[in-house]
Amino acid sequence: MNRNRKDIIIESLTGISVLLIIFIIVSILAITIKGGWPNLSWKFLVEFPKDGMTKGGIFPAIVGTALMTLIMTIAAVPFGVITAIYLAEYAKENSVFAKTIRFAVKTLAVVPSIIFGLFGLGFFIGFIGQNMDKIFNGGVMKWGQPSILWASLTMALLTLPVVIVSVEEAIRTIPVEMREASLALGATKWQTIRRVVLPGSVTGILTGTILAISRGAGEVAPILFTGAAYYLADLPHSLSDQFMSLGYHIYIMSTQSSNVDATLPIQFATTLVLLLLTFSLNAVAVVLRYRIRQKAK
Amino acid sequence: MEDLKVKVTDLSLFYGNNQALKNITMDIPEKKVTAFIGPSGCGKSTFLRTLNRMNDLIDNVRIEGEVLIDGVNIYDRDIDVVNLRKKIGMIFQKSNPFAKSVYENIAFGPKINGITQKSRLDEIVEFSLKQAAIWDEMKGRLHNSALSLSGGQQQRICIARSLAVNPEIILMDEPASALDPISTGKIEELIHDLKQKYTIIIVTHNMQQAARTSDLTAFFYLGELVEINKTEIIFSNPGKKQTEDYISGRFG
Repeated sequence: MNRNRKDIIIESLTGISVLLIIFIIVSILAITIKGGWPNLSWKFLVEFPKDGMTKGGIFPAIVGTALMTLIMTIAAVPFGVITAIYLAEYAKENSVFAKTIRFAVKTLAVVPSIIFGLFGLGFFIGFIGQNMDKIFNGGVMKWGQPSILWASLTMALLTLPVVIVSVEEAIRTIPVEMREASLALGATKWQTIRRVVLPGSVTGILTGTILAISRGAGEVAPILFTGAAYYLADLPHSLSDQFMSLGYHIYIMSTQSSNVDATLPIQFATTLVLLLLTFSLNAVAVVLRYRIRQKAK
Repeated sequence: MEDLKVKVTDLSLFYGNNQALKNITMDIPEKKVTAFIGPSGCGKSTFLRTLNRMNDLIDNVRIEGEVLIDGVNIYDRDIDVVNLRKKIGMIFQKSNPFAKSVYENIAFGPKINGITQKSRLDEIVEFSLKQAAIWDEMKGRLHNSALSLSGGQQQRICIARSLAVNPEIILMDEPASALDPISTGKIEELIHDLKQKYTIIIVTHNMQQAARTSDLTAFFYLGELVEINKTEIIFSNPGKKQTEDYISGRFG
């Protein structure tokens, strides 16, 4: 009897927790859709902001986010894939070096994103950028200031663990029999990786890439000091230009705007765009990951 | 007297401190089928894998002794393992075609050897599949995935794949243990045909299979080679009591 009652209490508690989570996600979606949907239009997506951001669209923020994630992907994915190949194929399972790399990757994954922002400011802009200016530009400021390049590279550091972990997981699903088949035919280790292991890991590489993009597209802190701009009348033309970004746009409209109430509809609509973007990217990643797990069985 | 293909002298293999093979010495003749039999864990598969240095892939393995193939010690420091493995095909217990088409599976070996000409590859694919006696079944579905085939067909695709790099020796690690009797029969027939051209070494659990397919049989027990002799002698009049007990089903 007593035990039975305990069971009922535990079951209710777990049920309530689950409902709470569903409630939270539904509320976020409902509020965002209710506030944002009426203001969402084609014009909103393709126009520049107007009248102190109380009117117009978010075109430069969409383009800025897209360019930033593109550069970030170009930097993070090859680097991440190479690291994952090393960990899965070359590193001895228990070597100190491999353990160190794994520890570094795990640590990198839990570093608060604002720290990445500060690191980007200090390392990319303060150290690399300013020295590039000194050496190649005769001291004229070009690279030693916030830009889309430094913001993207900072974001690449943040998303690197995501790429490494997904790709390594995918590489490890390739059965040892496949590697042996290839090696027994006289393939070198690299030929085996390139022709058997990597083709079999394509979905994993894609998943990692998409997760990285969806993480990077929504983050604000890493680009806060490294390249995001409050408002630009023009799109970025070079890697040394600053850029506007969706997440940062929401942040400045809600905290820095002279008339917060007037920008509210645009805030909602921008939030909705950002949510739809990251949700749909995550959905694709979930489907791909599900496929990999099925294949692994 | 037949020509010698593989000469193993005093070969021992250790996993860490654990000795898995003990001072094995044997001669394997060219263009014959040599079968390794023995109970599970007797070291016959481990021994097979020393012949193409597949054990190199495992950490913590140490090998002593000598394996001469055509008179060259394959454990010499300046031996190129990649070239060695091109000379020695291997068929595994579990058929392991790549997740590629039948054609791409067979063409894999030639391609890594730098053959890119389409007509040449076509030729090799056809020739290899014919040699593996599976051309007629496959010619209409060369571009289907090899994974869509039956287990027996997959195993013969794997055999064709190893033939495509033109090996001299084919190592088979219980190639039919996962197959039904009809597929097993086809593999055995194939082994019989292939020994015209290749030296075949086969590990098997199935004593009838050893008796049917091989010219020589080696009996392993607890990491030691108990004896090796002509198959008909091993199965009718073995020299050691252990061998007799094993093949008459008294243990193992």
